[in-house]
Amino acid sequence: MGSDNQIRMVSVSGILGYGFPEQSLAAAMKLRPHMIGVDGGSSDPGPYYLGSGKTLNSELAMKRDLRLLLRAAISNQIPMMIGTAGGAGGEPHLQTCARLIREIAQEEDMHFKMALIHAEQDPAVLQAALLDNRIRPLGRAKPLTDKVIANATRIVGMMGPEPHMKALVGGAQVILAGRGTDPAPWVALAMHHGIDPAVAWYAGKLLECACNAAIPKKHDCLIATLTNEWVEVEPVNPELSCTPLSVSVQALHENASPIIRYEPGGILDSSSCTMEAVSERRVRVSGMKWIPQSYTIKLEGVEAIGYSAITFAGTRDPGLISQLDSFIKNVEAASHVKIAALGIARDDYQIVFRLYGSNGVMGKMEPKRDALSHEIGILAEVVAKTQEIANAALSLTRVTLLHSDFPGRLCREGNMAFPFSPSDIERGVTYQFCLNHVIEIADPLALFPIEYEEV
Amino acid sequence: MAKLKDIAKACKSKNAGPFELTLDIMFDNEALFQRVLQSGVITPKLIADLYDIDVGDVLLTEYAPALAFKATIPRRIPSGALGDTDIYGAQQHAPLLDIDIPIE
Repeated sequence: MGSDNQIRMVSVSGILGYGFPEQSLAAAMKLRPHMIGVDGGSSDPGPYYLGSGKTLNSELAMKRDLRLLLRAAISNQIPMMIGTAGGAGGEPHLQTCARLIREIAQEEDMHFKMALIHAEQDPAVLQAALLDNRIRPLGRAKPLTDKVIANATRIVGMMGPEPHMKALVGGAQVILAGRGTDPAPWVALAMHHGIDPAVAWYAGKLLECACNAAIPKKHDCLIATLTNEWVEVEPVNPELSCTPLSVSVQALHENASPIIRYEPGGILDSSSCTMEAVSERRVRVSGMKWIPQSYTIKLEGVEAIGYSAITFAGTRDPGLISQLDSFIKNVEAASHVKIAALGIARDDYQIVFRLYGSNGVMGKMEPKRDALSHEIGILAEVVAKTQEIANAALSLTRVTLLHSDFPGRLCREGNMAFPFSPSDIERGVTYQFCLNHVIEIADPLALFPIEYEEV
Repeated sequence: MAKLKDIAKACKSKNAGPFELTLDIMFDNEALFQRVLQSGVITPKLIADLYDIDVGDVLLTEYAPALAFKATIPRRIPSGALGDTDIYGAQQHAPLLDIDIPIE
């Protein structure tokens, strides 16, 4: 591979379904990219999506983005690559996006070879790996147990670039992958064309959030040009610019460290990177290093913790607000007594109050513990073993909030302003993340089966 | 003295995965960043005190290319778990705003 080997890659938006200007993609295609791609998701919106199998963005929004991507990729005969399909990258998310792609292909009479890369993990495989001592905790996580794996609603592995590379070699023009590390599609395309891993990974990190690396921040297309020595990034839309500062900001985004980034199979070290403005809108980064490590895959999993019901109310009573903490404590205690009278066991539900105007945003980390607003918003939640218990317990908690006495009470007709009727809202199953672990694997492809289909 | 909120370009929080929060303090002026850096005020101890956590739980990185300080701390409640108040972790930055920096 000569040193004049240059690879151009486009990322259209931060997440599939966030949208991007159609003219930006058209302008990007004039720059003759070797691929176009978009990241499909993140764990950021919380555990619900992985648990429920629902997509983060609407099918309408994803289909709009997919249609434009497919038209551009197919007519220019370049790969279209998507990671972490449907938001969480589990099997239902992958299948929803695959169905949308098939629908578009039929509507537009397009034909191509598609690879689906699965990322959902078989609990039996993970339990065997656990026995084999190949799963270890990250950060403050406890060692994994069989029970955690068995209780999980869904577990995905975050794939590296290798499954995408395999699909490229397999001749797929459209690659739709489940959960992966965000840079994976671009790293794969660059390495497929022989680009140095350090440059490929750095470019992937810049591309995964598209124009998050530009100013002003917008959901818009970013193009990267790579050689074996450097990567240059530039927004396609002339209204946006990449500056050394805006590019560095993306290096900080959602990482624990801006200098060291742990990835499957190695560490991306950007401590000796240099950034230079090539033009007013284009930045060149060089000096990144890739330090290979033993190959590990991060596992992401969620478990159901019960059924949730919520109600929201406000109080404007200064007497109540002056004794808010003791009022809430008394309401909770009185609610427990009434709930027990229904024959509901104490272990089968929990009540949580979030007090807006006090510490509703920061909870126990709130340093301003004594500052209170003239009005307080109270979000009461019950999470219980069944929806029926959640609804019943919340109903009694709501009545107790409304009608409890407190010292010096003047508002004797009711303590709370409820904005809605009905006041209580069923939230259904609620989940929590239950894994923060990596699994060691010898073969980067092992956990991620690839299926090909002629669309 | 200057408050951080009056001299920083950005002061923000965000999830770094479901189990950690990351706090970014950014400047738009190299000289100012260097003065804040040299003031020695922004330390793991300060972040630990502001968020009422152990100093050993604070990963603080001074990142000159972005004129930024980055502190990563554990979440008390993982994103979306029972009792969480901020799924994206986007509103945990306020305690940083009133940090006093001894510069003119």
